[in-house]
Amino acid sequence: MKKLFIYSGYLVLGLLFGWTLIEAQVISWYRIQEMFRFQSFHMYGVIGTAVVLGASALYLIRRAEARSLTGQRIEVAPKQMSIVRYLVGGTIFGLGWALTGACPAPMFILFSSGFLSVGIVIVGALLGTLLYGALRDRLPH
Amino acid sequence: MTFSLFVAQATTAQPLPWYLAGALIALVLVGLLFLGRTLGISSNMRTMCTIGGAGRWFEFFNFDWKRESWNLVFLAGAMLAGVLTAVSKGFDPVPEVISPATRQALEQLGFSTDHGSLLPPEWFDLNGEGTGPRILILLVGGLLIGFGTRWAGGCTSGHAISGLSNLQLPSLIAVIGFFAGGLLLTHVLLPVIVRLL
Repeated sequence: MKKLFIYSGYLVLGLLFGWTLIEAQVISWYRIQEMFRFQSFHMYGVIGTAVVLGASALYLIRRAEARSLTGQRIEVAPKQMSIVRYLVGGTIFGLGWALTGACPAPMFILFSSGFLSVGIVIVGALLGTLLYGALRDRLPH
Repeated sequence: MTFSLFVAQATTAQPLPWYLAGALIALVLVGLLFLGRTLGISSNMRTMCTIGGAGRWFEFFNFDWKRESWNLVFLAGAMLAGVLTAVSKGFDPVPEVISPATRQALEQLGFSTDHGSLLPPEWFDLNGEGTGPRILILLVGGLLIGFGTRWAGGCTSGHAISGLSNLQLPSLIAVIGFFAGGLLLTHVLLPVIVRLL
């Protein structure tokens, strides 16, 4: 019963996330172009507000030593320090982001909204994930 | 169709204000934390490869995907928002108000900006002539997204939202990379790609 409740929570939060990205036009190719041309504050405002509020909430959560519904202390697992993987991997992703105007969440939302040609981007992204899995041992991390 | 599950403003000219959108995304982040999870969309693609049987070939995909099933449910919710919006008010045309400077720059590159869609038909409309190069662009763009996010260990949601909220340096480096790539493509490569098509 509790598991069902928690999984419904994931679905509802996903719905809210998707709705927000749609209504704020984050899924628009044009908004991403605007962002990379520094010609609108909109996208910076969206990401900036989310980060400031997210960081504040995490600070309070840590101070209160809050626990999740599953009973564990709430923590964001830290990423291992490296420069190459984040900088080079990040740059490669940035190229794809600007080219298609979509990062992973918008890509799936656009497809489900009926922009079927974005399915080709999804296929490409799955192939790219597969390629990473194939080359992983040979890449610097 | 007039039926709408959404009570807030319709997707018309003006987007949801940035501060509301940012606050809602933070709410989603905190909500997931209280359900014991961290926001991050791109790892779903690894899970999908695993479900598709990629573990037979590559060790990276050998993991118990069921412990990541929550994220597929979350993604399904986000996709459901797309379906509901499209059903309730239709997505095309969605007149947007984009910056006049961006409009001018894109029109000089040959992209139409007055059709009111979220995506430029010059690249995303697969009917008619020139379909081959368009498919190639979309496929290569996807490849870069899939390969890059896995190597960097996250995308906009995982690094820019979750990671920066956690004030972690790796995510800041990743976000700098995202912008390096995005700026390079927009300002240097895009004019070249457009000319080649």
